This record gives sequence, C-alpha cells and structure tokens, in this order.
Amino acid sequence: MSDVKLAGVSVSYDGVEVLAPLDLDVASGEWLSLIGPNGAGKTTVLRAIARLAPFAGEIVIGDQAVLSWGARELARHVAMLLQEPHIPDGMSVSQYVLLGRSPHLGYLGRESARDRRIVADVLRRLSLDDFAARPLGQLSGGERQRAAIARALAQQAPVLLIDEPTTSLDVGRQQAVLELIDELRREEGLTVIAAMHELTLAGQYSDRLALLASGRLVALGTPAEILTESMISEHYHADVRVVAMNGSGTAVVPVRR
Amino acid sequence: MQGVKVRSAPVVLRGLPSLPVLWAAAGVAALLAACVAGALMGPVHIGVGTVLRALTGGVVDPGQANILWSLRFPRVVLGVLVGGMLAIAGAAYQGVFRNPLADPYLLGAAAGANLGATLAIAFGPGTTVIGLNIVPLAAFAGAGAAVAGAYVLGQTVSGLRSNTGLILAGVAMAAFFNSVQTYVQQSQTGSIRQVYSWILGRLVTAGWDGVLLVLPYVVVSALVIFLHRRLLDAMMIGEDEVTSLGISVRRVRLIVVVAATLGTAAVVAVGGTIAFVGIIIPHTIRLLVGRSYTVVVPLSLLFGAAFLVLADTAARTILAPAELPIGVITAFVGAPFFIAVMRSTRAASL
Repeated sequence: MSDVKLAGVSVSYDGVEVLAPLDLDVASGEWLSLIGPNGAGKTTVLRAIARLAPFAGEIVIGDQAVLSWGARELARHVAMLLQEPHIPDGMSVSQYVLLGRSPHLGYLGRESARDRRIVADVLRRLSLDDFAARPLGQLSGGERQRAAIARALAQQAPVLLIDEPTTSLDVGRQQAVLELIDELRREEGLTVIAAMHELTLAGQYSDRLALLASGRLVALGTPAEILTESMISEHYHADVRVVAMNGSGTAVVPVRR
Repeated sequence: MQGVKVRSAPVVLRGLPSLPVLWAAAGVAALLAACVAGALMGPVHIGVGTVLRALTGGVVDPGQANILWSLRFPRVVLGVLVGGMLAIAGAAYQGVFRNPLADPYLLGAAAGANLGATLAIAFGPGTTVIGLNIVPLAAFAGAGAAVAGAYVLGQTVSGLRSNTGLILAGVAMAAFFNSVQTYVQQSQTGSIRQVYSWILGRLVTAGWDGVLLVLPYVVVSALVIFLHRRLLDAMMIGEDEVTSLGISVRRVRLIVVVAATLGTAAVVAVGGTIAFVGIIIPHTIRLLVGRSYTVVVPLSLLFGAAFLVLADTAARTILAPAELPIGVITAFVGAPFFIAVMRSTRAASL
C-alpha cells in the first residue's frame, strides 16, 4: 500500500508558520496535484513528505510514519523530483540515473549487475538508452527532465513527489512529460503528488486538486469542483474563463482586464 | 515502479565511469620515474646500478648506502606520501564542499599547523616528546585543533548541511590562527627564518621517522576517501537531491573531512604547508581524464605523489647544497602547467 496520509502537518521556519496544520489523504495510485498562487506552500508540503523540511504532525505512508524510517528506507518509499534539479554537466546520463539506486545500497556499497539492469530498463523505457553515455550538459531541457524522471524511477519508490514538472518546458514537452508520468503511474501503480503551476494541465492529469493559499488548504476536490472562475479569481486574484473542452477537461484561460 | 521487469540477459550500461587503463599505467610509470629521479639526483652522484644494488641487497659502498638509506629513500617515500595525500585530500574537500577552489587547507589545517609549528620553533626548539621532535607534533595538533574548531563553529552557526556556514567558519578560524601565528613570529625574531622556511614547506630528512609518523594516517585516510568515491560522485547532484536518495550529506561530509584532515595534518606536520598540490593535481585530472571520483581519487594519488617527489628533487638540487622551499617549486612549476591545461581544455567543466 502506498497511500499517503497527512495529519495536522505544519511547517515553520524560524518561528514563522509557512504551512498551517494540514490534513490530507492521498489514495494509493492516485494523482493529487497541489495548486495555488506563489508562496501558497505547495513545495513545502512536498518537502515535508520527503523529510527535506522539518514538520510537526504526522505523515504516514501505507501504515508507517515517515519519521520512523531511516533515510534510505524513506528513499525506497518516496522519490522526489525537485523543481530545478541540480544536473552536473559532466556526469553521464547512465551514471546520473544509477545514483537512483542509492537507497538500495549500503553506505559504502557499489551497484550490482541487477542495479545496472534496472537502470538499463528505465533508460529504455524513457527512450534514453541512446543517450546513456552522453554528458548531461549536452542534453536539451526536455531530455534533462526525462533523465531526472529516470533517476527518480530507478529508486523504485511507490510514491512520486513532483515539484512543478513542466517549468521551462514548451507546450509539447509539457504534455510529453505529464503523459509519461501518467503512463508510469497507471502501469506501476505509483501514487503521484505534484505541485502544479499550470492549472489547465493540473486539471487534465490529476484525480483531485488541493488548492492552497497562504499556507492553508482552502479547497479539495475534483478538477471540476476546484477549477471554477470564482475560486481562481478569489485565490489567484486573476480574471480567467474556465472553458469546457468536450470531455477533455477544462481549460483555464486568462482574460485581459 | 516496484514492478520494473528485470531482464536476465547481461546488460552493458554505457557511460559508467571507469579508471582508464592507460592513464593508470601512465600514473604508475610517472611515479616510478619520479622515484628513480629522486633516488639518483643529489649533491653526491650515485649511479643507477648502485641504487638497484642497494634496493636488492647487493654490495654497495657504505657511504653511498648511508646516503641512499638514510637520506634519499626515506625522502622519496615521504614525498610519495605527502604528495599523494595532499592531492586526494584536495579532491575529497572539493567533492564534499562542491567547491572547485577547496583545498586541504580550507578549514584552517594550514593555519593551525603553522601556528603549532611556530610556537614549537619559537618556544621549544629541539624539544622532544616520546622521542619525537616537537615541531611536527605541534603542527599536527594545531591543524587538528583548527579544523575541529571550524567544524564546531560551523555546526553552531547553521548546521552541517550548510556548505557556506562551514566554509566561513574555516575562513574565520584560519584568520584567527594566522593572526596569532604572525604575532608570535614577529615577536620572536630569533626564529623567524626557521619559521618562514617551515611554512613554505620542506620534507624533513630525519630518516624513516617522518615516514613512520605519517604512514598510518595516510593509509587510513586514503582508504576512507577511496571507499567514498561513489558517494563523492553523488554529492555532485546537490544537497536536497542527495538527501532525497537516502544519503546523509552530513555523515558523508563529516567522515570524509575527518579522514582528509587527519591525513593532511600528518603530512603537513612533516612537510610544512606545501601549497597548490591539492588544487592543481585533482583539477588537472578532471580536465584531462574525467570528473568521476572513480577516476580522480586513484589518479590524484599517483600523479600527486609523482609531482611532489619531482618537486622535492628539484628543490634540493637546483641550488645544492642549499635547498629551496618545496612550495616555491610546486607553485612555480604547477601554476603555469595548470594554466596551460586549462587553456587547452574546457575549463568550464571544472
């Protein structure tokens, strides 16, 4: 089971609360997207689940509290794709993706033939096998994003946290990345929790949306329930039209004031 | 992703770093050549045949045998240990701090060693402790104290996951130790020349004592750094990413820094604060061969050792019978060579 439960989770930095106590249940295999204006606390929620930010309250994956795990055990359950992953230019794609096997190795352990086989399969799956020997610095933005996803997949963790997966990608690559994640989610039964900036795409790919504003959860529901003109206007202070697209979800279109 | 199917056929994963055989062979050859040069060259001419006979237990003139076994061989071995240690300690520091300008003295090891040695030279010349000269012991203690102080200070300032806090603590500690060292040096004018000579670096010629003093530290330190080469590679991807892979940045940094510092303190204690080796050797390897620590650690060990043995040989022969400080040679030869390598390769890959 890879359902994720947050109970009264709050985060404070230097005494300033940036995330108010939050209760949230994400079912195993679900895609839940966190949306909200800049500074709403979307990334903070992801960082708390990955234990990159200290939090109060309880976060449980399956039936285990994340605080009860050691760092490697946590990384075997939760993989995180950062918004702007640090990609070392000189490192090859295969070496970078192989680092994703770290949670399965001892402190001074070396990767086994099985680890290399898993990585080879992930690279093939993401159409990166032709790039295996290429330095990361020679990849395009979209290829780098795929390499980062490959590294997260090599962790074989059932919960995937993604922070703004489509930042700085063109519309075609945004679609390709999200389709890929969705396909992997369905085939592997991954639980996906994503911080999403682009509302139309968030609505199209997510089962549910959690709308955060000023560090508080203000709405939780299906995309149809959350992506309303009044809701977006109130919390984003934006003038938008929400347009139904013949069964392909809704489009959130800004309109000029 | 629990269900990724694992194929049974062997898979060759292209692009994984490995130590190039030719470069490893070149490193061994360079080290051997440097050792031969170090044994042959000196104010007294001794031929190759004599050196070989001495090494294989053959009959050698007692005077020449004494020069080889008491002076040149231990000095060559000491050069190997000091050069190899400074080079891999530099590589290790650059790895854990993700900072290309890091060197083994980043956290104040040199300043601490200088202060320890200066105090010993100024106030206790000729003193021995359990049969050992007090100067290297004081330098070792000073280096360890400075780095330990920087670590404690860095931890209290911002926690060990912050590179910047720790580096700034090292800068502060080095500045403090340097100021005290300068005060002592200037106020004890009788020993100023000796202090200055020690600071610029000079391999001691006290037979095998120096070798035996540093050998255990260098072996343990080099082994620890060698075993951490995968984790040093992992540190290249950034602290949050490494942490999310279940690797404790704090633990890796602490273990590697302790190991590199112990080795550095030991070699600085007998060789003085020889500059530049810990910067130019690892970066030259990165520029010419590759960035992975699978490559950088073993080749830095070999080429660092060869470089320092050659530098020491030059230091004691150029103005023979007088000796130049070895730090003058390492910087004078190393800097132009390093600039030439940078200009001929892609410096951006540092």
